Amino acid sequence: MAERQYDWATIAKNPKFIELHHKKTAFLFGWWIFSTAYYFLLPIGAAYAPGLFKIKIIGVINFGYVFALSQFFVSWGLALYYAHIANKDFDRMTRELINELHL
Amino acid sequence: MTFKKIIIAASLVLTVAAAAFAEEPKNTSAAAGAPITAAAPTSSTEVAAVSPAAQAPVAAAPVKKRELKANKVVTLSMFAVIIGITLGVVIWAARQTKTAADFYAAGGGITGTQNGWAIAGDYMSAASFLGISGLISLYGYDGFMYSVGWLVAYITVLLIVAEPCRNAGKYTLGDILSFRTDPKPVRALAAVSTVAVSTFYLTAQMVGAGKLMALLVGVPYKTAIIGVGILMVGYVVFGGMTATTWVQIIKAGLLMSGAALLSVLVLAKAGFNPIYFFDTIVNSPDIQDHVSKLVLKDGITLNGIDAGQRFLEPGLFLKSPLDQISLGMALVLGTAGMPHILMRFFTVPTAQAARKSVIIAMFIIGTFYVLTTLLGFGAAVNLTPQGIISVDPGGNMATLMLAQQLGADIAPIMGDLFLAFLCSVAFATILAVVSGLVLAASAAIAHDIWVNVIKDGHADQHEQVMAARITSLVVGVVGILIGLMAEKANVAHLVALAFAVAASGNLPVVVLSLFWRKFNTAGVISGLLVGTIASIGLVMVSPNMTYPMKVAAGAKNVVVAMEKKQAELPAGQILSEKDAKALAKAKVDEKLTGTSMMGLEKPLFTLKNPGIISIPLGFIAAILGCLLFPNKRAEEMFDEVYVRQNTGLGMAKAVDH
Repeated sequence: MAERQYDWATIAKNPKFIELHHKKTAFLFGWWIFSTAYYFLLPIGAAYAPGLFKIKIIGVINFGYVFALSQFFVSWGLALYYAHIANKDFDRMTRELINELHL
Repeated sequence: MTFKKIIIAASLVLTVAAAAFAEEPKNTSAAAGAPITAAAPTSSTEVAAVSPAAQAPVAAAPVKKRELKANKVVTLSMFAVIIGITLGVVIWAARQTKTAADFYAAGGGITGTQNGWAIAGDYMSAASFLGISGLISLYGYDGFMYSVGWLVAYITVLLIVAEPCRNAGKYTLGDILSFRTDPKPVRALAAVSTVAVSTFYLTAQMVGAGKLMALLVGVPYKTAIIGVGILMVGYVVFGGMTATTWVQIIKAGLLMSGAALLSVLVLAKAGFNPIYFFDTIVNSPDIQDHVSKLVLKDGITLNGIDAGQRFLEPGLFLKSPLDQISLGMALVLGTAGMPHILMRFFTVPTAQAARKSVIIAMFIIGTFYVLTTLLGFGAAVNLTPQGIISVDPGGNMATLMLAQQLGADIAPIMGDLFLAFLCSVAFATILAVVSGLVLAASAAIAHDIWVNVIKDGHADQHEQVMAARITSLVVGVVGILIGLMAEKANVAHLVALAFAVAASGNLPVVVLSLFWRKFNTAGVISGLLVGTIASIGLVMVSPNMTYPMKVAAGAKNVVVAMEKKQAELPAGQILSEKDAKALAKAKVDEKLTGTSMMGLEKPLFTLKNPGIISIPLGFIAAILGCLLFPNKRAEEMFDEVYVRQNTGLGMAKAVDH
């Protein structure tokens, strides 16, 4: 394949690219911080709020167990939500940008 | 054409050689007058030799002695089937491996779904398969809590590194980092860091593999290492990334079927009622007794149902919250900096496929850890913690014992079959993980150092593939040698160390080079050096090392306690065999003097996991490095990096050359 030369600086200044860049940055880092904070609540809570973790929710199953299990569902949920947004918005915006640049 | 034939012939020779090594012990045991079953007594004596030392504190109760014997014929035939299938894959893959892109990235021809399974297969080691369920079976909740970080880590991979790396990289960590920096020093350093991380991880895996095989099938440690090593070298040298990928996919499939099958059996015992299942845990007299002994060490008295309930609460195993948080940081950031995981994203054609593969991997890995809870608690209920400890004090055999027991409950032969199946899953697991590591380390040496630093990028495809193959052979052989030498070494901390180095050295520079305009050569070098050295250095002065004076002090306590116990015994009675052994060992240990490897009498740094200090250090060093030595060209090139990683423009160029 012949190498194409792109004018990277011009593409980077394209309003569509800037919009994509802002939306992506906000989404990615925002949700990354959320998921990390949610995860660290687990070891911190287990160490400093054992009383909370002992509260029984269903039968003998306690809050600590439900909270640890929720970590899995939160991670999966976030992964699916990201896939949905990326497929719907980020990929579409990228395609529009490339079309506009006639690449 | 002839080259292919040579490869096929050579791989056959290797197999025969491996088989010959495996045969050897049989001959010696046959010479001693025992048939094939000779392996079983060997493994059980080994187990007996391991347990008393570590078990001494809990030794008081009469323990139900259990045994774990794998049927050698059935197990080895299942191993042979796995070896046969994977070698078939290698021969097929070898025919397709013509260029460097084929060797390192399977020509970019792996689909998102395939890559998802391969990531899961690359990531879930025997430690997660056997170790975490073992932790749960002995310490309940803490084992489950420990497993969570291994999945959450993939959020970082998904959101921060997977797609940009696919768009901006080629085969290695060095490719991502050298984009807008001075390539030679950056590549060389990235290669050193990759090799360091892979070696730590590989050593832990090899030693674990040798011990596991010795315990399970009665193959001697050295034979097991050589056998696993030869297969691993064979897969990588001949089949490159294509073969490694398929070995990982097969392994992930086997692992998930094994876990699912056992989980169904565990749930069936509880009538598929989770609430009833948890009731049986809390009401099990054996678990209650086990927990009350565990908490007694901390001076707490708990009995009956309260002790049972305590099994579902945190704090039985993970007692240092700061260490926990530190490990969590290493996992959450380290996974995304692991060279063998990063490398998987170069095998898919697009960023979309990379995204899909992480999501699929997350569902596989997460499901696996949730099933692991069932296996761990199921083992605690069905085998009792005391029974599990009597086979292995660390609980590593819990899943395998559970397979044998639940199978045998159906029909005696099923017990043997299930156990043999699970043993082969463990075997496939080891092979898949070590192959991925060897491939990552060889790519760093052959592609970054040889092709790009020594040959300035001027090497044709044939030379590159040859270099990659020779390097993999050398890396594999070195891996085998380290495995052979490290038999007696304490390797438990090496996995955590690998993640700490990846999190403190690799991840900061990867993230900054993808997202920060001002990032440059100086930043990469200072970040990688400081992060790597800080994490290794902190571990060297941490409680992970052996401190003879501390061992001696501990042994003194044991001697005092045992002698007191002896004095309190009614006249004419002697200490139990276990206590006597512990006393004898302690009497030897209390004379130990000297210092740790680093010349220390006691640890300087009190945490086992360095992440909480070394990760911030790595980030700060990387940032300071580029602020002190700004580079205009690197700043100007940021637009290119940023547009590329977001849009995938120019990616064809990266794949083609």
